[in-house]
Amino acid sequence: MPFDLHSINLFDMGKQFVFTLTLQKISFLAVAFMTFASAVAVVTMKNIFHSLLFLVLTFLGVAGIYLLLSADFLAAVQVLVYIGAITVLIMFALMLTSKLMAKRVSQTMEQWIVALPVTLGILVVLIRLVVLNPWGMKAAPAGPTTGIIGTSLMTKYLLPFELASIVLLVAVVGAILLAKEDKSDDPS
Amino acid sequence: MIPLEWYLALAAVLFCTGIFGVLTRRNAIGILMGIELMLNAANINLVAFARYMHPTILTGHIFAIFVITIAAAEAAVGLAIIISIYRNIELINVDKINVMKW
Amino acid sequence: MQNNYAYIALFATIGVAFTVATMWVSWVVRPTHKRTGSKAEPYECGELPIGNAWRQFKAGYYIFALLFVVFDVEVAFIFPWARVLRDMKSAGLGLFAFFEMMVFIAILLVGLAYAWRKGVLKWD
Repeated sequence: MPFDLHSINLFDMGKQFVFTLTLQKISFLAVAFMTFASAVAVVTMKNIFHSLLFLVLTFLGVAGIYLLLSADFLAAVQVLVYIGAITVLIMFALMLTSKLMAKRVSQTMEQWIVALPVTLGILVVLIRLVVLNPWGMKAAPAGPTTGIIGTSLMTKYLLPFELASIVLLVAVVGAILLAKEDKSDDPS
Repeated sequence: MIPLEWYLALAAVLFCTGIFGVLTRRNAIGILMGIELMLNAANINLVAFARYMHPTILTGHIFAIFVITIAAAEAAVGLAIIISIYRNIELINVDKINVMKW
Repeated sequence: MQNNYAYIALFATIGVAFTVATMWVSWVVRPTHKRTGSKAEPYECGELPIGNAWRQFKAGYYIFALLFVVFDVEVAFIFPWARVLRDMKSAGLGLFAFFEMMVFIAILLVGLAYAWRKGVLKWD
């Protein structure tokens, strides 16, 4: 399908969409819609705890997208780290700053009238880039990824691999220093 | 086969949703959630290009793992800063945190 | 390989359908009561809760979650390492790969030792 003029292009994409709607495309559209809808819920919910729950759904949708891209290991890591760990961390932080749950505290800025055009502008630029660029790439059949990732981590990306542990160490030390309760000035 | 453009479009939409969240949230934790959305969108791009360019080398997957690591570190330190701010001034609305703006 | 993903999709669908169906059945079958008095309590026959559930929690919880996150991310690195360790051994790099991972784990254990030393692991 040639991409030269974007008015025709959109029409063509529509036609292609009608004619070759395979099972894979249907599952992509379902997962993508779920991801997008829950992402919108994350940024628009009045109660921040509800948006955290929708954030879990968004992460799950992204894991589904990874599966469709046959990135099996990354999908597992996404579920393990994002849903299993980062969400829990955010949940604890929400519970620690509990006055947020009071009804009178407004969660959203009143500046969405400014934010919406900015966001839509960036979106239009990105989508134009995606649509107008002739990518012309075909996906080759892919196998299991864990072994390839492990070999690359042990050989070519050895230094980043070790640096990752140092980044995590610094994060732990910094976060403990910041979050530690000072017994001296906190009577509760 | 799903065209590459579909993944890129989804990533673009997800990224812009994250930007909207960062711009409109008053709560610092909400802003962090928007940043997580944007990082996920970047990861989708990395993995999609890895799949469509070099399905046997997987540089994009390695980068995505490092992005997830950095996201975890960033969330840990960011939330610790938020908790520390909350302990000091009892609120975490970013439009009220202005003691350093003199 | 695509077939295995079909199993995952089937599993997820059955899981969601079961949950929804259970809640629907209980919604259909249950008698309608006004939620007043002891019916409105979180535990109808249990202790009365003190205060709101949205109360402030101890910051100690956050540090435990933080340590969990760090060692959870570590799994993302250990898993591919464990997958290729045998291959590395047959390529003559077994000890090298083993000690690389030991260094990785040791650096993270420094963080755990720091937390221990600072006394944030103590549950008082």
